[in-house]
Amino acid sequence: MKVDIVTIGGGPAGLAAAIAARESGVEQVLILEREPELGGILNQCIHNGFGLHTFKEELTGPEYAARFIEKAEALGIPHWLSTTVVDLQRQGDRLLVTCVSRERGLQVVEAGAVVLCMGCRERPRGALNIPGTRPAGIFSAGTAQRLVNLEGYLPGREVVILGSGDIGLIMARRMTLEGAKVKCVAELMPYSGGLKRNIVQCLDDYGIPLKLSHTVVDIQGKERVTGVTIAQVDGKGKPIPGTEEQIPCDTLLLSVGLIPENELSKEVGVQLSPVTNGPTVNESLETSIPGVFACGNVLHVHDLVDYVSEEAEQAGKHAAAYVQGKRAAQGREIPLKPEGAARYTVPAAVDPQRMEDQLVVRFRVSRNIRKGLVQVYGDDKLLYTRKRPVMAPGEMEQVVFQKAWLTGGEREIRVVAKEEEAK
Amino acid sequence: MAVRELTCISCPLGCPLQVEIDEAGQVVRVTGNTCKRGEVYGTKEVTAPERTVTSTMRVEGGAQPLVPVRTRGDIPKEKIFACMEAIRQGRVQAPVQLGDVVLPNVCGTGVDVVATKGVAGG
Repeated sequence: MKVDIVTIGGGPAGLAAAIAARESGVEQVLILEREPELGGILNQCIHNGFGLHTFKEELTGPEYAARFIEKAEALGIPHWLSTTVVDLQRQGDRLLVTCVSRERGLQVVEAGAVVLCMGCRERPRGALNIPGTRPAGIFSAGTAQRLVNLEGYLPGREVVILGSGDIGLIMARRMTLEGAKVKCVAELMPYSGGLKRNIVQCLDDYGIPLKLSHTVVDIQGKERVTGVTIAQVDGKGKPIPGTEEQIPCDTLLLSVGLIPENELSKEVGVQLSPVTNGPTVNESLETSIPGVFACGNVLHVHDLVDYVSEEAEQAGKHAAAYVQGKRAAQGREIPLKPEGAARYTVPAAVDPQRMEDQLVVRFRVSRNIRKGLVQVYGDDKLLYTRKRPVMAPGEMEQVVFQKAWLTGGEREIRVVAKEEEAK
Repeated sequence: MAVRELTCISCPLGCPLQVEIDEAGQVVRVTGNTCKRGEVYGTKEVTAPERTVTSTMRVEGGAQPLVPVRTRGDIPKEKIFACMEAIRQGRVQAPVQLGDVVLPNVCGTGVDVVATKGVAGG
């Protein structure tokens, strides 16, 4: 089978990319989705707060997904459900997407372009090196969310949550509402990685303590978790002896970070960023492999789905221009370098000939900043400066980059985030 | 005179608010905010806090065991757990359409609980 564009994944990124590609005039777009329904992780995110930027109202995850699913269906975009992509290869100027499903068996779909929309995964316990036994009752927060919201099981009654990522905060509230007792949320860092509104509405509302600079140092229990020991950590994240506190519980939820899911990207040889764990992309959201584009959480982990949809729309448009041969001639790529508290930038390079008049450059900061500044330099020339009263690692930042800023002769562009007085 | 300490959630700034309340429960003063929205949030939070409740309800005869639901608007914060109990007791027959009212006027709040997703018959 041959198509113009394949999106790998039918979550918010895959849906928005496919819709944008179709609306750009590409006839044959195909969505490949591993689950038996479209919508991706939004299906289990039954809480509200989605779509404030896009639709100016607070939707739940399934409602937000439904808007895009309806649009994709109205445009007649085909999707293969319960279909797992197992391999991605480049052959000449075509991309070969190997996928498998019960219905169709093993299939190779030949595509002109592929948009990577695989989303991300949760960091597991093994990545944390928590000592202790291996009893039942330890779940990632997203697994617990799936059990409660899709399958109808409450995974525990007395819960400790390690990590204050948004999913952990959301699950603290969800399990409390379902009758469980959430004893505390322990966070290794001196600040939460979650959105402020989630701390207020999910923890403060229910009197759940947030223990900053704390981690789990031991898990007890043979068949089932019977308790955990938490301890305070020093500035380097090392537990401080004498601060241990034993907390009886039957469940430990882990909300300790998300990692872009790039196994397939590696198969085709896409270059990955060691900071984001996602592909390195240029202004067209194109990876190091021509015709392979990336957007959403597979590219870098987002905190708001609205921005995933925006980014995916861009990726879909660029993929469309690529297969239609409508792209401007390639020019010289100027690298974007993060500086100060800026950890990375997406994209990581811009081609002034190919970029549109405006380009959204997204990044995250490595620490909490009060009275901050975001600046953009072309070599040593200041191109842009904006005051940011507050920046936090849990909230993505962005700069709307103007093509008019560039002469095209720059060796590099620096995106700087720092405290105001540090200038 | 009592003072309630809150964190404003109107924007990512997260201003620490102090809301002063008199004996009659009236808000006297909001401080700590850096904009008007903080004052509005602080006043509302102290006098009549409201929340949207989201949960799931059991589906009978459906392709999936649960349907996600929400209160169509905000309900008083103190009715959250009563609302949750009503949702837990509730059952809805498949097929369910997005937006279907599954529990009208939950706990006398005047707010309906609606399905946030469709569930086909099983």
